[in-house]
Amino acid sequence: MSGRAARALVTAVILVAVCAGIGIYIGLYLINVPGSVAATSTATGTQLYLATVPAAELTDPHPDWVSYYVVNSSSTDWRHDTTFQVPANTLVHFTIYQYDTATGLRNPYFSQTAGTDGSVLYNGKPAAVVNPAAPAHTFAIPQIGLSVPLPGANANAKNLCANAPCPLSDAHVTVSFTFRTPAKGLYRWQCFVPCAAGFIQGNGGPMQTVGYMGGFLKVV
Amino acid sequence: MDDKPHFRNIALLWLLASVIVTPIIVFVVGPGLPPGTGTVEAAGQVTDNTVLLALATPVALGVLVYMLYAMWAFRERTPEVIVDGPPIRGNASIQFWWLAVTTTMVLFLAGYGTVRLLADGSGGGQGPNPISVPKPPAGTRVLPVQVIAQQWQFTYRFPTYGGVETRTLDLPEHTLIQFNVTSLDVIHSFWAYQLGVKADANPGVNNVAYVTTKGPLNFEVRCAELCGVWHGYMFNSGTVVSRAQFASWITQQRVQYAPATGNLGPYSKTYFPQPLRRGG
Repeated sequence: MSGRAARALVTAVILVAVCAGIGIYIGLYLINVPGSVAATSTATGTQLYLATVPAAELTDPHPDWVSYYVVNSSSTDWRHDTTFQVPANTLVHFTIYQYDTATGLRNPYFSQTAGTDGSVLYNGKPAAVVNPAAPAHTFAIPQIGLSVPLPGANANAKNLCANAPCPLSDAHVTVSFTFRTPAKGLYRWQCFVPCAAGFIQGNGGPMQTVGYMGGFLKVV
Repeated sequence: MDDKPHFRNIALLWLLASVIVTPIIVFVVGPGLPPGTGTVEAAGQVTDNTVLLALATPVALGVLVYMLYAMWAFRERTPEVIVDGPPIRGNASIQFWWLAVTTTMVLFLAGYGTVRLLADGSGGGQGPNPISVPKPPAGTRVLPVQVIAQQWQFTYRFPTYGGVETRTLDLPEHTLIQFNVTSLDVIHSFWAYQLGVKADANPGVNNVAYVTTKGPLNFEVRCAELCGVWHGYMFNSGTVVSRAQFASWITQQRVQYAPATGNLGPYSKTYFPQPLRRGG
């Protein structure tokens, strides 16, 4: 084989290898979907327990980021996933243990609950609207018109939770609501409080990262 | 150099192609052009696009015909004998007509575009002081609708209906809508495709765009300015309905969202909401 032919062959092999490497990298990235947690079926219906915290676990890649977690009814068994799997066309009960303190809504429109089946309960008491300065976060699925403000824990409490995981003995607000899930599909949810500390407009960082203040409702 | 009448041949071929293709563009392709004819402005955009295409077609055909003719007529017939072509010469007549025709076309388009923009604004945002304000249909008044863009959902506020804010958008038919588009955070863009309206939503700025609705219509609203990772999910839909249906809908919205309306600040063309960012 002549020198020129050999050089051409080596170049072609390297080119193919680089292209294959890029293709594999992109492919792995695309198929690497976040984990999901399924709502559990109970005697009282399909139930999902969540928690919102002022900062993630100390071992988290972003320990100072606000975040949602999936928990159980006793606020133990914390799982850092924000894709929730629920059955289609079903009444699903959500309970959110809200451990963060208030930031307030940028748009007071989101101070009213919307899209739920029945009232939203705040520490057991029904309310259709909250003070717009009170929410620490919201849980909203814009595509189906669901929006629930989550009032902040008492900022003067002595037992505020600093980092996840947080026990029920830490200051928190319990928010419960029910809504009917739509047809099968993937629906995005987000928080409408600009709660990302240190980011411009409060909507960077955790607000734009799946696994923290945004995720998906996987309706199956 | 041969003495064939190449210029005449090209001209005739071009004329034939233009006479065949241009009417197809105008009468067959034109009516189907986006964004449709659901509103006065959208229909105007279809007309404008058809006019532009009708003017561009003979120009494109001229280039195409010339290129294909040259590839055929001036191909090398004796490749074994390479000869130089005839020397290039200037032609004052061609130069004059080339400049005259292209200048005329450009000036016409500039004038046409200006007239069309002044007629109704063509559905584009005109900033806080629009110079093109269409007349509302006889017997109706302008309906102002504020479009509030925020990461990552559009909401709509109706100042003449108690300042109620809604997450869906219903509009009455045969009505001049004045969209007042603004943002609470970063730059977005309000793009209601079938309405033929597209206006940037800038924080602290009121961007006014006009649309005159016609009959019932379903339309999509999308954000057309990259605004973060969820930009692609910033969409919703709306409908143009009868005036009676709109009256019923807005009344229902006012009742349903009365608590939230009580928390909203006074209606304003722009907002500078706090908090700008979470402390920390």
